Amino acid sequence: MSQRPSWQEPPTLAGQSTKGVTLGGVLLIVLVPLWIVVLTSLSTKGAINRAGGLVIWPDGITFEAYEEMLKGPTVRTALLVSLGITIIGTAISMVVSVLCAYGLSRSGSFGHRFILVLLIVTMFVSGGLIPTFLVVTGLGGYGQWWALILPGAVSVFNILILRSFYSSTAAELMDAARIDGASDWRILWSVILPTSRAVTAVIALFYAVGYWNSFFNVMLYMPTESEKWPLQYVLLTYVNRGVGMPGSVNAGFGMAHSQTAPLSLQMAVVVLTLVPLVIVYPFVQKHFRTGVLTGAIKG
Amino acid sequence: MNEGLTRRDRLRRDRSLLIMVAPAVVLLLIFSYAPMVGVITAFQYYDPLIGIWDSDWAGLDQFQQLFADSRFWHALSNTLYLSFVQLILFFPIPIVLAMLLNSVLSERVRNFVQSVVYLPHFFSWVLVITIFQQMLGGAGAFNQWLRSNDLATWDVMTNPDTFALLVTFQGVWKEAGWGIIVFLAALAAINPGLYEAAAADGAGPWRRMWHITLPGLRGVIVLMLVLRLGGALSVGFEQFLIQRDAVGHEAAEVLDTYAFYYGIATTNYSFGAAAGLFKSVISLLLIWGANKLAHSFGEDGLYRK
Repeated sequence: MSQRPSWQEPPTLAGQSTKGVTLGGVLLIVLVPLWIVVLTSLSTKGAINRAGGLVIWPDGITFEAYEEMLKGPTVRTALLVSLGITIIGTAISMVVSVLCAYGLSRSGSFGHRFILVLLIVTMFVSGGLIPTFLVVTGLGGYGQWWALILPGAVSVFNILILRSFYSSTAAELMDAARIDGASDWRILWSVILPTSRAVTAVIALFYAVGYWNSFFNVMLYMPTESEKWPLQYVLLTYVNRGVGMPGSVNAGFGMAHSQTAPLSLQMAVVVLTLVPLVIVYPFVQKHFRTGVLTGAIKG
Repeated sequence: MNEGLTRRDRLRRDRSLLIMVAPAVVLLLIFSYAPMVGVITAFQYYDPLIGIWDSDWAGLDQFQQLFADSRFWHALSNTLYLSFVQLILFFPIPIVLAMLLNSVLSERVRNFVQSVVYLPHFFSWVLVITIFQQMLGGAGAFNQWLRSNDLATWDVMTNPDTFALLVTFQGVWKEAGWGIIVFLAALAAINPGLYEAAAADGAGPWRRMWHITLPGLRGVIVLMLVLRLGGALSVGFEQFLIQRDAVGHEAAEVLDTYAFYYGIATTNYSFGAAAGLFKSVISLLLIWGANKLAHSFGEDGLYRK
């Protein structure tokens, strides 16, 4: 609790309660839908029947839906695909971005200005959806994993955030290290990266969330190969659009084919797409302000 | 730093820096610059079997077709309308929320509210729309409650008349919380001495807000407006793509979905590229115009004069 500054009027009851109700309302709008989704995924068939659908108050808890979901291949495969794309994609994006940001962090280096302009132009001008699609398919990307990763691997915005950190926080350190004869690779590895953990974590989260959440590139580059679909596309197809699960009986949804999955199972898929985020989020969240803003505003 | 160094010396000195930059540059050349060259398909009758170098030239034929298509004008007016609704209903919310949050004294409450409202920003559109479907859709929680009270049901998700409000609400739910982050930073940068001096001069809370807080936010508000105006033709592709079938293309067709459905889905690539190019050019003009406007208000906008 921080102190009210002495010049400020004492809080009024009306003012305090308006604030409280508004903020409370905002929290409820975000949290109540999540609560209903999680609770329904954990509810027994009886509880769902009694509630007439979604469950709002706990009334019989079971993990059946999750067991069912992970028993069959559909969701299990999709989960592995999503994790694979996210981990490999984030690794590629981070290596490329960190290197590029450091490579551009020293003004006056060779080609510095030209390359910077080359990057920034892409933030404002793009070829558009169809020319990009034609380039990727022209390179043989249709149905390939790399088509889900490489076209969006570089975010110039993220590079600029990293760069503004590198060039502001460690200019003296860098010069000192250079005079000591350290190579740029050495400086990046043992001076820059250890001093910029917060921003690195935030940018990695941004990239990871981007890969984890993407579904449109699947629609473009592998719309028919359902065994290669990541979780978001499975969610879109079988939950959002209510398409029956393929592959005859018990393909992970416990129902005969061409039937929409039971509600608890659908909600379990929703929760599953949330889990990795909820695990990582608390560790990174505290860095948002220090990490992102300073960079974004200075940049 | 560069005195007395020839280009050769500098190249040798910065060799490792250039090697570090190379992977990103290569990726951008392939996936950003090559598509920019690919824009020439908009002036062709592009045939994927023949390739971009040998396809027949169409001149402005694709554009003529585009401008003659009533569905295109419909998509354009939908886009502008949705953009306008979002500007009016969405834009003020993060500002108000940030000022409200900033006035809360308890740091623990502030941090808790922030971590909750930032969260939906990281959800995918598939997830957000699925959640909305479960809450407001025909079989969702809202209609469940209506039914149990013997009231007429109202499937918000498939109603074209209220679609603009629905997508705006979805946008607010997902992004308004995250939107406060820039305003909070601007509020933190206001010198607290100003408030103290104003209070000493007898200015009450509302006058302090009007004369100190809002002017302190002016720069960021203008910057956000410039970005919003520049993006007026991009109203959220994925959001519309997912919901277009449920609500119908009358309400949900925007320029991006138009280019996708009549360009890629029908393999009419040149036509789609023309639609995309139209959008890119207008967007650039909008950014440029919005910046001019910002400069005329004495603000920096996206770039300085």
